[in-house]
Amino acid sequence: MKHFLTLLSHEVRMLLVNPSTYIAATAFLLFMGFMFTGMLESYSKAPQELSPAYVFFQFFWFPVFFMVPLLTMKSLAEERRLGTIETLLTTPVTTTEVVLGKYGAAYLLYLILWGATGGFFYILQKFSGDSRFLDTGPLLGGYLFVAVSGLFFIALGVFSSSLSRNQAVAGIICFVLLVGVVGGSNYLADSPWLSRDSLSPLKDAVDYVQILAHRDDFTRGVVDTRQLLFYASGTVLALIFSILGVEAKLLHS
Amino acid sequence: MSDTPAIEVSRLVKAYAGVAAVNDISFRVARGEILGFLGPNGAGKSTTMRILTGYLPATSGSVSICGVPVASQPGEAKRHIGYMPENNPLPEDMRVSEYLYFRGRLKEIPRRKLGPRIDEVLEACDLKRVRHKIIGRLSKGFRQRVGIAEAILAEPPVIIMDEPTIGLDPHQILIVRDLISSLRGRMTVIISSHILPEIEMTCDRVLIINQGHVVAQGTPADLRREILGRSVYELELAGDPDALPPLLAAVDPTLKITARGEPDAAGFRALQLTTERDEELGEPLLRALAAPGFRLRALSRAHPTLEDVFLAATRRSWDVKADELRKA
Repeated sequence: MKHFLTLLSHEVRMLLVNPSTYIAATAFLLFMGFMFTGMLESYSKAPQELSPAYVFFQFFWFPVFFMVPLLTMKSLAEERRLGTIETLLTTPVTTTEVVLGKYGAAYLLYLILWGATGGFFYILQKFSGDSRFLDTGPLLGGYLFVAVSGLFFIALGVFSSSLSRNQAVAGIICFVLLVGVVGGSNYLADSPWLSRDSLSPLKDAVDYVQILAHRDDFTRGVVDTRQLLFYASGTVLALIFSILGVEAKLLHS
Repeated sequence: MSDTPAIEVSRLVKAYAGVAAVNDISFRVARGEILGFLGPNGAGKSTTMRILTGYLPATSGSVSICGVPVASQPGEAKRHIGYMPENNPLPEDMRVSEYLYFRGRLKEIPRRKLGPRIDEVLEACDLKRVRHKIIGRLSKGFRQRVGIAEAILAEPPVIIMDEPTIGLDPHQILIVRDLISSLRGRMTVIISSHILPEIEMTCDRVLIINQGHVVAQGTPADLRREILGRSVYELELAGDPDALPPLLAAVDPTLKITARGEPDAAGFRALQLTTERDEELGEPLLRALAAPGFRLRALSRAHPTLEDVFLAATRRSWDVKADELRKA
């Protein structure tokens, strides 16, 4: 892991000079800003039962679908397209270091972008002078959820990038995987055919991987170690597959 | 340590989906030697080089760099190699000095030494003017030199370059050639190229491979002798060529006609004679061909280029292949 920091700082720098990062960042902050103002309007019209932080994180999945592919699609696909993966892997670095460097950089940027939305709450609290709006429990829970689930989502993005040498294809694979993981688990849990008694173990498993339900738990302030384990194991698995993906392409190149 | 060869390859085989790209290649390169690696497209040059660098695993056989086996200690072996791949891939959106700094850090050059070392290689490759330019906007010649600068950056004992002079103009080729020559004795260099005069001028030894086999190796002069026979004479002669062999045998028993052209309007035809004798046969030939029935217009001793050697060596291996196929 000697070269991890060198690779990480290189990757962060590469992300910062890449236009698609800024497109992702602008689109993300615009969208979240609109959501936030919309939410404030509904709060100003009528009293609401739920805390603003809870409502805010309701829409977390939408930017994730677009932002994660934009941040990760370039990582391994571009190296393969340009052939620079060959110069990279003929230095004393390992494939693991390369994949982790790219993963780390994308994750760091993902965290920074979400961190920027913290400004919304700061401004709200500053101008309303009302600390009730800044409900620290759900807010911290929400951000913790974003940080933990981001580990898994970014790993999925890096994995899809290892599958293709075309950025667009990698981006689409990543989008489909994310929709499948977030939306698919939700859809399955709601589908009536799963509620039969004979399928109850399957139903339990599906309930366990429901990402939207995890979000509700976190924003209520419930941090379940089973859920942490789910994201951690998913991350590790996706990263192992990315490393294998890069190496398998070498074997068959 | 210093008496181990810089590169030792034994019985190397690489098969892609059952088809052998590299088939049982063995060679060794001494320290400080410059080896030219020749072969037609698809002969297995790039594959061999990639296996040497540890980028691709071999199907069987072994490779060691400075005594370090590549297969079992890839990390250690890679520290001994500077590699410039085919087509010289470079990141598009980095500056030249940034790129060299990043690569230097990956190659474990201490931060303290890296700055001065980058200045040195920029100087050596004549890149000082573009050090702050973005690589994606550089011309081909500059990009190629950035690749070479990167390969020699960490001062590795072994440098492997896959077609370093491709796409360069003659002036830039000269610069690259001088640069490679300046490494002679200090570093072991393997270069592959299609530009044969290039190889002939820079390399101590040449290895020609075709269809995954080594078909010839040695110094350019050795190869010329081995593959083309000792010397070749070209003459333009009028007269009956079938009456020629007895005359030639009187001059030298090994003298043979290896090629004959069609007679032109004046009745002269071009002939090529090969002999295994090394000494000058021009004068005896002239005297012998003054015989009645022959008129001689031109006689010269040919100086075969490496190109001729290459063509002959690769053709010979095809003939061998064709014979095998006919037998099978």
